[in-house]
Amino acid sequence: MTTVPTTQPTATSAPWLQNNNLLGFFFMLPAAVFLVCFLTYPLGLGVWLGFTDTRIGRDGVFIGLENYVFLAGDKVFWLAVFNTLFYTLIASILKFALGLWLALLLNENLPCKSFFRAIVLLPWVVPTVLSALAFWWIFDSQFSIISWSLMQLGLIDAPINFLGDPTNARMSVIAANVWRGIPFVAISLLAGLQTIPASLQEAASLDGATNWQRFRYVTLPMLTPIIAVVMTFSVLFTFTDFQLIYVLTKGGPVNATHLMATLSFQRGIPGGQLGEGAAIAVAMIPFLLGAIMFSFFGLQRRKWQQGGQD
Amino acid sequence: MTSTTKIQPDVLTDNAEGMSYLNRLPRRMVTLYLPMAVFVFVLLFPFYWMAITAIKPNAQLTDYNNYSPFWVVSPTLDHIKYLLFETSYPGWLWNTMLVAVCSTFLSLAASVFGAYAIERVRFTGARPVGLMIFLAYLVPPSILFIPLAFIVFKLGMYDTKLALIFTYPTFLIPFCTWLLMGYFRSIPFELEESALVDGATRWQILIRIILPLAVPGLISAGIFAFTLSWNEFIYALTFIQSSENKTVPVGVLTELVRGDVFEWGSLMAGALFGSLPVVILYSFFVDYYVSSMTGAVKE
Repeated sequence: MTTVPTTQPTATSAPWLQNNNLLGFFFMLPAAVFLVCFLTYPLGLGVWLGFTDTRIGRDGVFIGLENYVFLAGDKVFWLAVFNTLFYTLIASILKFALGLWLALLLNENLPCKSFFRAIVLLPWVVPTVLSALAFWWIFDSQFSIISWSLMQLGLIDAPINFLGDPTNARMSVIAANVWRGIPFVAISLLAGLQTIPASLQEAASLDGATNWQRFRYVTLPMLTPIIAVVMTFSVLFTFTDFQLIYVLTKGGPVNATHLMATLSFQRGIPGGQLGEGAAIAVAMIPFLLGAIMFSFFGLQRRKWQQGGQD
Repeated sequence: MTSTTKIQPDVLTDNAEGMSYLNRLPRRMVTLYLPMAVFVFVLLFPFYWMAITAIKPNAQLTDYNNYSPFWVVSPTLDHIKYLLFETSYPGWLWNTMLVAVCSTFLSLAASVFGAYAIERVRFTGARPVGLMIFLAYLVPPSILFIPLAFIVFKLGMYDTKLALIFTYPTFLIPFCTWLLMGYFRSIPFELEESALVDGATRWQILIRIILPLAVPGLISAGIFAFTLSWNEFIYALTFIQSSENKTVPVGVLTELVRGDVFEWGSLMAGALFGSLPVVILYSFFVDYYVSSMTGAVKE
């Protein structure tokens, strides 16, 4: 967020300024009503539900930390926490590396540049559930096109059991998530790359910098603020991912791909244990806050990166 | 050492501009075109696979020995006909459209006022409110759906499209407001001031001056919000029970996937047709998409 004080409306003495608070209040009202009713209140209610034993169709009573005590001793829950962290970590690293690479490629002088840029964003535009269905078919245990191609090439003898084996299943869902996440990272970073003045690159290369040095000491530092924001978004959305897992594996095999979001859904809605589901969802909040704090304080943009004095 | 002697003759005829001398063709082939081709292939292949499966006759779908899986002989429209005439698919499409359009309009309307108030009316506490809007954007649906289901049930909206129309703005309003704040910020104060001098009210300024100037921003926010609500899944899955109220992603997943026999043809046709509306919209407004996506990130 830029906190540069823009030029204030000049006339502090103008009569229309006096009722600004009232005007602001009325203009904010529609958005505020929606957000308070359907965002702030549910957030609080979720925390409260986590302390109750509410089931579907029955109001719960306050049971203190019982849900959390139960979860602390629940192996499936800890497996889901581990899976979520593993999934977020690997997928985010891959998305960042591949997305940055793609952004650098798109920043070159390509023929039909805007066409490529448009095509690249496509996986991100299509509904996740629907592209995940395509991946389900691609990862089919018998008729997978990947298995078939590899078998034709003579690399493997039997079809790969993509979603039936714990390790394979984890890798498969990560691959599908990375596929969907690359465009967002690439296009956002491309926008950042385009703001780096070409003169900096030229100056560096006149001073004898190699390609790698130009990337490492010019491009990367200039790009850091945008990388921080993009990766915060990417990590948050990966951490709370639900759709992909729900379509591809529903958490299986033997809970190997259960994320906290899918476990929360499974316990809360089909399982009917709203209180326990809410507790699992609440358990995600510290991780999310941690990620936000980390990017806010750790990776804040510096003035010199925007052309100002330090 | 040898390379310098080789380059010598070039120097006289060198008409390369800037740093392009670093990019000779063979080098570009390896470092640029090849990885780019791999990226494009990987990113597009699932769509190709989706489309080709949707028009393959069932016999060819699983028979990789007699037919090449990458191509289709005598394509069929059976899967698409089945989808359109023997399932509730058209209804789901309609529901998705209705919910997406309504929630987009609701969110845009609320966001225009909100963003204008935060950015230009400058009431006391406008900045903290702006920051809170941004934080609201970071609250993911997967931690809200259980309490929201509880609320939706208490309000008697369970299993209605209204439940979706009212809950989608929770992630649309923060996004649209944040985006529009950026657009409003770029409109010069002088325009507003001269309108004020001419005796315009705040309302007139917003309607007659700010909104016409912010049309690109409104389009960006609108199509992006439409796409987000078209793609939404977890709320629709949780709040909707009956087949006639389902949206496309939920309907395809819960009703076209039955038992162990997967009808891949109609499933892929469903995925294809469910993606088409957003893809068509996207193809017309690519630049708006890019600007809204990067706009939200850049601030």
